[in-house]
Amino acid sequence: MKIGVVTFPGTLDDRDAARAVRFAGGEAIELWHDDADLKGVDAVILPGGFSYGDYLRCGAISRFSPVMEPLIAAAKGGMPLLGICNGFQVLAEAHLIPGALTRNQHLHFLCTDQKIRIENNATAWTNSFAKGQEVVIPLKNGEGSYQCDDETLKMLEGEGRIIARYVGENPNGSRNLIAGISNERGNIVGLMPHPEHAIDSLTGPSSDGLGFFTSVLTSLVAGGVK
Amino acid sequence: MAIIVVDVMLKPEILDPQGKAVASALPRLGFSFATDVRQGKRFEITVDGEPTAAQLAEVEVAAEKLLSNPVIENFTVRVEK
Repeated sequence: MKIGVVTFPGTLDDRDAARAVRFAGGEAIELWHDDADLKGVDAVILPGGFSYGDYLRCGAISRFSPVMEPLIAAAKGGMPLLGICNGFQVLAEAHLIPGALTRNQHLHFLCTDQKIRIENNATAWTNSFAKGQEVVIPLKNGEGSYQCDDETLKMLEGEGRIIARYVGENPNGSRNLIAGISNERGNIVGLMPHPEHAIDSLTGPSSDGLGFFTSVLTSLVAGGVK
Repeated sequence: MAIIVVDVMLKPEILDPQGKAVASALPRLGFSFATDVRQGKRFEITVDGEPTAAQLAEVEVAAEKLLSNPVIENFTVRVEK
């Protein structure tokens, strides 16, 4: 299974994301922001970093990169797409998922090992976990506070689209402790913490993050999203 | 030559931690006038000649599509004299 990892100018975590894909048993394919070519991949990861220096708004300029056009079309057609941190911000700017990521409430940049709870294990990116499972993966961001209007929040809660929540104290002011959400179909997931930095105990605080990458391979082998 | 100004502000219901930080810094400098501060962005767009209605309409579209995020921000467009 080929999993594409997009590199924008200013992306930081593409190599770790590709390594995580290989660890999980997939083939990582490098995708370039300036090529409107998905190279026949089965799924795509938008990794973390500071694309375009976070100028204007995080993800606002990347969202109009040439690679995004075929990517948005493919994701709307059901291809699994995971946006991590800056990738989550790109998904929000592209309106592939509702809401927006804003400055952390306390204004500090965060870098911590964060406990999160998997709330929905029926998505393309979370099916390796048990529902309610608590995992520890790094959280590092300046603009990770998830915001949306009350109606959207009610819809996300009602439809089970909050796929992961922070456990314990709210680290950044996200509404309802939201760490990650999905689209209606469950193929597109935005996640603020970084599973690609927690795939083995040698380089991360745990190997808990690997589950996100094995999930998509399982989902693809099973023939796509349920 | 004219300048079209686009002001972008967070919607009132969206928390503005930067504005709050500025508001709490003012009293430390002895300024006691502020009950609240909101921080936004200002874009100055230079065009040749007097802006046409069509240009202004295009700026509106650009402001909605790129300069602001309508999920969390409002914007205004005006021509600076």
